[in-house]
Amino acid sequence: MSGTAAAASPVIRVEHVTRTLAGEVPVTLVHDVNLQIERGEFVCVMGPSGSGKSSLLYLLGLLDTPTSGRIWIDGEDTTGFDDDRLTDFRLARLGYVFQFHFLLAEFSVVDNVSLPIRKLGRLADEAARRRAEHLLDQLGLKGQHDKRPSQLSGGQRQRVAIARALANDPLVILADEPTGNLDSVSSANVRDILRGLTRELNKTVVAVTHDAQFAALADRRIGIVDGRIDLAWRPG
Amino acid sequence: MAIALDVALAHLTTRKRQTLVSLTGVVLGVAFFLAVSSLMRGSEKDFLKRLVDNSPHITVYDEVRKGRPQPAELRWPDAAVIVHNVKPPRETRGIRGWPQRLEFIEALPGVRAAPVLAGAAVLTFAGRQQAVTLSGAIPEKMKQVTVIEEKMVQGSLDALAADPNGIVIGQGLVEKFSLHAGGSLNVLAADGSSRPLRVVGIFRTGNAAYDEGQAFVLLKRAQSLLGRENRVNRVIIQLADPYDARSVAQTIEAATGYKSVSWVEASEDILSLLLVRNIIMYSVVSAILVVAAFGIYNTISTIVMEKTRDIAIMKAMGFHAGDLRRIFLLEGVIVGVLGSTLGVLLGIALMQLLGQVAIRPPGVSEVVHLPVWWGPEQYALAVLFAMLSCVAASYLPARRAGSVHPVDILRGAA
Repeated sequence: MSGTAAAASPVIRVEHVTRTLAGEVPVTLVHDVNLQIERGEFVCVMGPSGSGKSSLLYLLGLLDTPTSGRIWIDGEDTTGFDDDRLTDFRLARLGYVFQFHFLLAEFSVVDNVSLPIRKLGRLADEAARRRAEHLLDQLGLKGQHDKRPSQLSGGQRQRVAIARALANDPLVILADEPTGNLDSVSSANVRDILRGLTRELNKTVVAVTHDAQFAALADRRIGIVDGRIDLAWRPG
Repeated sequence: MAIALDVALAHLTTRKRQTLVSLTGVVLGVAFFLAVSSLMRGSEKDFLKRLVDNSPHITVYDEVRKGRPQPAELRWPDAAVIVHNVKPPRETRGIRGWPQRLEFIEALPGVRAAPVLAGAAVLTFAGRQQAVTLSGAIPEKMKQVTVIEEKMVQGSLDALAADPNGIVIGQGLVEKFSLHAGGSLNVLAADGSSRPLRVVGIFRTGNAAYDEGQAFVLLKRAQSLLGRENRVNRVIIQLADPYDARSVAQTIEAATGYKSVSWVEASEDILSLLLVRNIIMYSVVSAILVVAAFGIYNTISTIVMEKTRDIAIMKAMGFHAGDLRRIFLLEGVIVGVLGSTLGVLLGIALMQLLGQVAIRPPGVSEVVHLPVWWGPEQYALAVLFAMLSCVAASYLPARRAGSVHPVDILRGAA
């Protein structure tokens, strides 16, 4: 495959992916999903509670592995990757934002953001810190670098989490209810940031959300009902 | 590794109180380990010193472990020859040609030797009798190999050289016979002959059996009393380094053919007893560290439980299971290293303190200090056990942290 072909191929390609939890009564979370997401796209995954939105996001984010089916990310078939390989893949190419910020309470804001950069090891510690500071400044957190997460507001923390997701310049940002815990002003702020990432930095953003205003900004909305893609689904 | 260290230190420092408690466990464990083992090893050394100082390092007896080769064995060296009921020729028992043997022994480096003729005799005084071991000795040589001269309460061994009819006896015997220095008693030899001897010296070792049952006379006197002219039946040897005894004894036995018993051989039972005692002691003091390990386990497994979300996000972010295991193992190692260091310092302080404790055993006038001895192996063992406990205690929580599945946690939290 040539370089141009790889660039033209979708960032995420999902074919016949099913995820079943084994047990006495097996539960199918995601059922035979086919999906393609292009580079720079802003996609919202929507659906009622318990419909399998988050489960699909975890599969796309390589946090979980499908029971059957295949997932290509950046043209690479991830089927059969072992745990360590998936972990390395996530570190270098994917970023996550969750409903809860999940920042490490013991570390300063800038240390939280530089953690994945140091882990990747492409930059020296000093350079990692500078990059983290740069990202925080871009997200409007100038002057907050050395504070602890507990000293920030909810919106600020979520912006730190976004900075951390961007730390290793990932291809795809996966967000699970990123505004689920925020007031309306902070929500709007986070929405605009994520939207901006796709427009200005050509990042791909896949977000699970209940927030209709959020969904309204998306390039594409995907409805999920009972673990299947439901093209007819509309919020409300 | 640097990141793991950062995270591990952050976990420990934010839980100061719990960390401090775990740390205290290790510190006390290591300190007590050192203090108790130094006392035990000290008393062992003390005991051995007494054992070694109060008995000859090597005794050469007028016996042979292996009989002289018989003519048949010499004639057919490769044949299976068994000769039964070999009767030695009648001769006066003792070490043959002892002056030459003594010369050879004294030529060995670091060796002091004294020839002795010891035999049974009965001392009688005013109708009272006491069986004793009569040792014929050369005073100037005897003084070099035994501590008897230091134990003299009256007179000295040298007085024997001045008075060939002198005898040196123990305080116990003096009291039994109501004698005093200068008094005379009769010695009855095995062949029935009797001879009056004058008490020229009195010793007191504190060992009652010895003080009542031992008497010294001049070697020549003993030889004539026991009817064994020009013979000695023992060579007592002291060494500059008592721990050479085994090899020196082997050299002497190989060269002279006479049975040479080192103190190591003679005290095998005591030495094995000391070994067993040390094993028991080390297991008991190690148990303290095992108990400390539970404190560490408790702390680290609480951290793992509290930090499940952090672990989940770190794994999602790109940390391997091994990275997370390393973080929590490191926490155990940090507690171990810090605990060992502080524990060794506290241990040294405790040992210094114990070494200054003075006790006055009942019936003894002199003040005795607790015997404290420490060697590098004790530090090594204490630190080794501490580190083993810490790593073992953090291993289970670390494994749990490594096996956290991020999706399980993220799903639950959302």
